[in-house]
Amino acid sequence: MLYRRFFNVPNWGFSKSFREFDRLRSEMDELFGALSSGTLPRLSAGVFPLTNVTEDKENYYVRAELPGIKSNELDIQVTAEGISISGERKIPVEGNNVRYHRREREAGKFSRSINLPGEIDVNKVEASMKNGVLKVTIPKSEAAKPRQITVK
Amino acid sequence: MTDKESKEIQVKPKQELTSPAEQTRPGLVFTPNVDIFETDQEITLLADMPGVTADNLSIDLRDNILTLTGEVAPFEDANEEDVLIEYEIGKYHRQFNLSSVIDQSKIDAELNNGVLRLSLPKVEKAMPRRIEVKTG
Repeated sequence: MLYRRFFNVPNWGFSKSFREFDRLRSEMDELFGALSSGTLPRLSAGVFPLTNVTEDKENYYVRAELPGIKSNELDIQVTAEGISISGERKIPVEGNNVRYHRREREAGKFSRSINLPGEIDVNKVEASMKNGVLKVTIPKSEAAKPRQITVK
Repeated sequence: MTDKESKEIQVKPKQELTSPAEQTRPGLVFTPNVDIFETDQEITLLADMPGVTADNLSIDLRDNILTLTGEVAPFEDANEEDVLIEYEIGKYHRQFNLSSVIDQSKIDAELNNGVLRLSLPKVEKAMPRRIEVKTG
């Protein structure tokens, strides 16, 4: 009994420090894992606006953050391969007698085209602007939709 | 003004907040881009906060510190798969130190197409006044 207690007590200390080391290593793995799996911003075309493209079985969704741009100031063109979004962001002049402390918002023209990986149905594309976020819903063409095959 | 050719917008990645305070909830936090300008009557702040609704935006002014916080809901449905992701979304958070000349009862905020416009009127006594010097 005495023997066990005598040797176990310092041993707890050792296993604890190893656990600490394990934890550190798993944290490092997580960090590098995050870098490669891409929770950080991935490849970007470097053209304004930055867009996110997602898909489900029926549609592709293209989203872009365009704060302060009204829907009628946007020009969206659809071709067989993809869409292009262009427009101009205007920031009105705020009187003559103003002193600026910060000026970070930018105005100017933009144009962006995105090629989609599959065939799309050009006639049924829908776009909406909500809270400064553009969402374009692009249905996949019938041929490109995945189809469930039942095995007889 | 009209002959000035409009330049093209350059991509400016969202600035992630480097906060002195630690986050207690997971998620990314960005600082919104702002314009701040001042006239004799008021200070106006414009902030780009795409994706924020009026319900999810909180504006707080206390002890001369103005805090803007906006929550953004995830943009995609659960069954959507990523094809190309160029921007991330997260909370917006930014603080400003204001001088004590703001009339807190007259602050006006408006959110339009993801742009917040905040009017901070100055109190009467802080407005500049021209003092006539009389000659006797």
